[in-house]
Amino acid sequence: MQKFLKDREHLVRMAGLFLAGLALFLIVRALFVPKGFGEYGHFRTGALADNAARPMAYAGRDACESCHPDVVEERKGSRHATVNCEACHGALAKHAEDPSRTKPVRPDGQKVCLVCHGQDVAKPTTFKQVNPKEHMGSGACNTCHKPHHPEIG
Amino acid sequence: MGIGRREFLKKSGKLILLTSAAALAWDALKAGTPEAAPNYKLHDHWWAFVIDIEKCIGCGNCVRACKTENDVPLEPYYFRTWVERYHVPGGDIEHPEVDSPNGGYDGFPPRYKPGDGSKNFFVPKLCNHCAHSPCTQVCPVGATFDSPDGVVLVDKTYCIGCRYCVQACPYGCRFIDPRTMTVDKCSLCYHRITKGLTTACCETCPTGARMLGDLKNPKDPIHEFLRTHKVQVLKPQMATGAKAYYSGLDGSVR
Repeated sequence: MQKFLKDREHLVRMAGLFLAGLALFLIVRALFVPKGFGEYGHFRTGALADNAARPMAYAGRDACESCHPDVVEERKGSRHATVNCEACHGALAKHAEDPSRTKPVRPDGQKVCLVCHGQDVAKPTTFKQVNPKEHMGSGACNTCHKPHHPEIG
Repeated sequence: MGIGRREFLKKSGKLILLTSAAALAWDALKAGTPEAAPNYKLHDHWWAFVIDIEKCIGCGNCVRACKTENDVPLEPYYFRTWVERYHVPGGDIEHPEVDSPNGGYDGFPPRYKPGDGSKNFFVPKLCNHCAHSPCTQVCPVGATFDSPDGVVLVDKTYCIGCRYCVQACPYGCRFIDPRTMTVDKCSLCYHRITKGLTTACCETCPTGARMLGDLKNPKDPIHEFLRTHKVQVLKPQMATGAKAYYSGLDGSVR
């Protein structure tokens, strides 16, 4: 007991050193760990906002239909009515933002159809497929089929 | 000791109260702004994906749309989503022939003849957004993570490009972006779904073979689909908790 009391000073010094180390660790940790890290899991919460901030290229069907009700009417009752606009017309978010500045390019009357309707054994048999050479020679599809309402008769 | 029992209890009581109050205040301070997009409630969603193989026609619209929407490098080996063509001769599901020219970006040139006794179909692939994702578990820095709404995302500012996750993903859904040398993968178009839109691949799929669904929304048609179709996930034996449900999945698909 006598000895313990005599050596007390060492223990106090060691404890002081330990506390200083702990304080340093906490300060460094506060500096390097970003805000919101660990709130929902082992990641930075701000990363959610970063991922959500990317600009869009496709406007979405609702945006198209809000300005083009005539096309909605045209497609009614057709097998193509469920196909979204940008499936054939391409990414048009820029056009939806400012219609005067970016004009969509009219899809090629043959190529765009064959993207889906070209023949392949791996396609579902119920899906309409054509061999372009047998079906129409060199003519364009849209001489007979209207793309927005492809059924004839 | 110059302190009585009453005094001691009083002081320690105060100390405990103050410490817990400080801890609460500190938590509130740390939290910052939890909801990333306005109007989007993080905890009201649990995203999943449905792929109807019987509807896929291999047009490649999804592959092209994904690359446009998410600025994926155009080289034929960087994909967030791609389409595979399966050719199963003689019903031998152990030895399918699989091809995916440019991931299906330019469509599929006809390769197999009809009537050769084989089974042929397309299988779109993308991140399965696993509930227990192996890629998240191996990330040493917390750069890839499961979001509270069920999407596996990447924090590009945190990724050190170590490629552990690329190897850990059993579905091969990750790649290193050569421009940033950080990992990239399907984000389930997080920038679109948080604003009420569907993903770019679903938006451009002409046959409805791909469907985004919110399992926490009771009105979402995904519930009806999962009830009325026989579905399976890829590699169920790996217990990844995959949330990309395939309808009409053949045993030959790996």
